[in-house]
Amino acid sequence: MNQSAIRIRAVMRKEFQEYRRNRFIIYTMGTLPLIFTALPVITLFSISNTAPPSVVRTQVAITLLLLLVIPVVLPATIAAYSVIGERDQGTLEPLLTTPISREEFLLGKSLAATIPTVGVAYVFFIVLVVAIRLGASSVVAHAVWQPSWFLAELLFAPLLAAWSVWVGTAISARSSDVRVAQQLGTLASLPALVLPLLMSLQVFKPTATVAVVIAVALAVIDVGAWRIVSKMFDRERLITGASAVTMRAEVGT
Amino acid sequence: MRSYDWGVRRRPPETLRHEPAVINRQWFARRRYGFGVRPTTWQGWVVTAVAVAGAIGALAGVKKTAGEILFVVVVGFYLALAYSLGGTKKQVLATERGLESVDEPALESGIAKVRVPRAILGAQSPRDIAEAIVSHTGKFADATEDAVTSDSVIVVKHLTKQFGQRVAFEDVTFTVRRGEVFGFLGPNGAGKTSMVRTLSTLVAPTSGTAEVASLALASKHDVEIREHIAVMTEVPGLYLRLSVTENLAFFAGLYGYRDAQSRIDRALEAVNLTSRASDLCGSLSKGLRQRVGLARALLNDPKIIFLDEPTAGLDPVASLEVHNLIIALRDKGVTVFLTTHRLDEAEKLCDRVAILNTTLRTVGRIDDLRQKMFEKSILVSTAAPLANPEGLFSSMESVASWSMDDTGGYVLTVSDVRAAAPVITRALVADGADVLSLAEGHHSLEEVYLELVGAAGRAGEK
Repeated sequence: MNQSAIRIRAVMRKEFQEYRRNRFIIYTMGTLPLIFTALPVITLFSISNTAPPSVVRTQVAITLLLLLVIPVVLPATIAAYSVIGERDQGTLEPLLTTPISREEFLLGKSLAATIPTVGVAYVFFIVLVVAIRLGASSVVAHAVWQPSWFLAELLFAPLLAAWSVWVGTAISARSSDVRVAQQLGTLASLPALVLPLLMSLQVFKPTATVAVVIAVALAVIDVGAWRIVSKMFDRERLITGASAVTMRAEVGT
Repeated sequence: MRSYDWGVRRRPPETLRHEPAVINRQWFARRRYGFGVRPTTWQGWVVTAVAVAGAIGALAGVKKTAGEILFVVVVGFYLALAYSLGGTKKQVLATERGLESVDEPALESGIAKVRVPRAILGAQSPRDIAEAIVSHTGKFADATEDAVTSDSVIVVKHLTKQFGQRVAFEDVTFTVRRGEVFGFLGPNGAGKTSMVRTLSTLVAPTSGTAEVASLALASKHDVEIREHIAVMTEVPGLYLRLSVTENLAFFAGLYGYRDAQSRIDRALEAVNLTSRASDLCGSLSKGLRQRVGLARALLNDPKIIFLDEPTAGLDPVASLEVHNLIIALRDKGVTVFLTTHRLDEAEKLCDRVAILNTTLRTVGRIDDLRQKMFEKSILVSTAAPLANPEGLFSSMESVASWSMDDTGGYVLTVSDVRAAAPVITRALVADGADVLSLAEGHHSLEEVYLELVGAAGRAGEK
């Protein structure tokens, strides 16, 4: 393992240790998906075999849309706290005096926010489809048990989570207040829901090809976001509240 | 090589002592002589060379046109005017300093007495005069102490940092040698923390250059510099939900160490925290957290450790432990850059100190600073006041002047304490005085500090 990987792993491990010790984060991660999915899941189970196909399709689409909300909403708050939170507790300055690069730091932070979120999203998806397969009516089970939905969940959950994380991190790196960062982070992550929304509204069908193409596009956007957020990560602004570039311009040097 | 010697105490107010050719020239750099170009600068030499070449070219032709002749006349006039206004390099430098006259031979030899213009003088005190000079010309470091040598691990040259319009520090020049404890002193807002942040690559300087661990302070060297240094900030900055070991393991990971347990154990042992290794940092006292911060700074075996107020808020015992650790680090050859408000701490620990108040006021060994700033003195205490102290002391050749202190004792200014002490003792006894004590006058670092930082610093503290 090279030094860069060791540094990224160190950041991730530290984040996981902090999550473990912070019950609020664990409770949020556990309960939020339940709140999102409880009602539509109950509705799915109440659909009988005689229900019209359009009703079944719509209800399944809504439920699966809400499952994709989990990876978007869950990490937004964590990501929004990632940088400004370090600054608030006085740990950012000692951290930035180590050889870790901003890319390594941000990647470690984002992976630490993305991995548990995606894990939670996958677990909820698997539990849901297995439960539907075993307990729901056959028309519902048939509508859910589609490879395209599986592929969409498999690919989109991490990519949407990554998008949400980068947006939240970008806000965190430029904010001066934790609460503002978390509120803005949640709001700014919502546009990512357009994609599953379009799918659930049947604007385009989530075929395997479409899912892969969109996933590739999302992956490119995520990598671009990482680079952009890394550029936005200005040590001087974070430590002193003022950018070196701005200051040079102001003093005319 | 920059130097400044206040030398104003008990000296005639119109006389200040300056080391030549060492005064900050930035303020004057904008001033130009002879058609906007100073002949003593490289630009001046280029202009002169071009002008002379042009004149030679014009004169080389067999048949002179009126234009060529006019050109040669203009060039000649320019050069004559430029050099007469600009003068020799020495004269230019003297003029730059805003000083009316310079003792030329002394300029060659070293310390020179210079006369201060009336505009600066007025009715001000010596310190005010010195402040006025400093505010216009910059500040001065010790010429002999501040030379860059092969064992310099921090070399700072004319470094300036501005936050918008606010100047954190300006035109600071100093060096720090390998294995020394270098004290960086100054009042609140003097720019100490900004300097630490700049040297530790957290913020970029506005102008000037610096080398840290033999690497130029530039973004391309940031990571490499950070591998060789450690910074302990005033607030330790620990993850309170993590244990001591987890905190250290995290930072060891940031330094790229895969299996760092032995390093962590060593660091904990160094700060005497092994027994608290598994405690959550949130449960530790402020002093213990400070020690964890120090342990963290030891993880990467740094060449240079920046300690920003390491004993702030610590009780005397905890402070003593930190002091012992700093001494141990120095003994191991680690360079310690220590910023502190505590002058007793600096006096106890530091090999050299720099005093900053936005501009650098001085740098050097504490003893040398004392000698430069305060004349040598002998303190005499007698059982009863002397009948005729003026007659007695003025008759002694070795005593330059005398005064009484607050306790009724006598402060005798001498040039050589060892030579003067026996003479004074004999004279006092011969005069019938009951001598209680006779000791060399000692000035604390606090006196040096207050002399340099003065009222501005005290106001800043408030």
